[in-house]
Amino acid sequence: MRGVHDMGGLQAGPVERVEHDYQLWEKRVDALMVLLSRKRRFTVDELRKGIESLPGDAYDRLTYYERWISSITSALIHRGTITIDELRAKLADIERRPDGPKAGTP
Amino acid sequence: MMDNISHSHEGPDPHAPRPDHDDTLTHHKRLEIAVRELLIEKGILTADEIREAVERMDARGPHLGAKLVAKAWVDPAFKARLLENGSAAAEEAGVQMDQPTRLIVVENTPQVHNLVVCTLCSCYPRMVLGIPPDWYKSRAYRSRAVHEPRAVLAEFGTQLADEATVRVHDSTADMRYLVLPMRPKGTEGLDEAGLAALVTRDSMIGVTTL
Repeated sequence: MRGVHDMGGLQAGPVERVEHDYQLWEKRVDALMVLLSRKRRFTVDELRKGIESLPGDAYDRLTYYERWISSITSALIHRGTITIDELRAKLADIERRPDGPKAGTP
Repeated sequence: MMDNISHSHEGPDPHAPRPDHDDTLTHHKRLEIAVRELLIEKGILTADEIREAVERMDARGPHLGAKLVAKAWVDPAFKARLLENGSAAAEEAGVQMDQPTRLIVVENTPQVHNLVVCTLCSCYPRMVLGIPPDWYKSRAYRSRAVHEPRAVLAEFGTQLADEATVRVHDSTADMRYLVLPMRPKGTEGLDEAGLAALVTRDSMIGVTTL
């Protein structure tokens, strides 16, 4: 069966020539991918497997780097690099930070 | 909120914290912060490594591909090496590959026009062009480039001679294609740097010509 990611040859509308400047958080997702694969903590195939496993509606709804961070997160949990409990605790901690989005900037 | 970068010296300070421009904290932005902080706490990554990786990506862009194209135009021996083994020739020209993926350079001629796509995801010659534009990753481009490339080219304002063959290259994680566009007429007097300035990103993806 054709996966949602496998769209070559399908009908589609005109190419909208949109571009945007990548936000810092998107570049950091990219950096995580590059560094984790260099350290052999993660592979490009795992990234793709995670993205291709997204349900069709999620695949279309998420932006490019939203798909990446979803995939990276599941792979790291699957590998045992981080645990779900650690992730939950960290997300709750981020939620409690008074200065919101700025808090995570290194 | 720019107050964090007020200590910068002459020119941009490479170590200054960068403003985020992110005014809303979405679920996925939270995930990025959480995963990054956990990896740093566990000693798997450092904040410096992450910042340096962002800076390395920021430094990449179409000027690198343009440099290879201009060099190939003026140096036939280099062009032969570039077409033979793109990764090795790029390294030779001082462009760092630092990825195990192969760079494959395909040459446009009056008879053959090349177009690059990645139907399955968004594989792109990042090492020589930087991060891909949004349209390259779009459903429309990925779906249609392989079965109606001329229609897609027309949307980019590119008209080819009827007798020209259009060759579409579908990239993978292991193979990244770069188009070597044809050198524009009337550029005989230009040096390598002058020629490089003429080479556009889109011409190296193959959606436009020069």
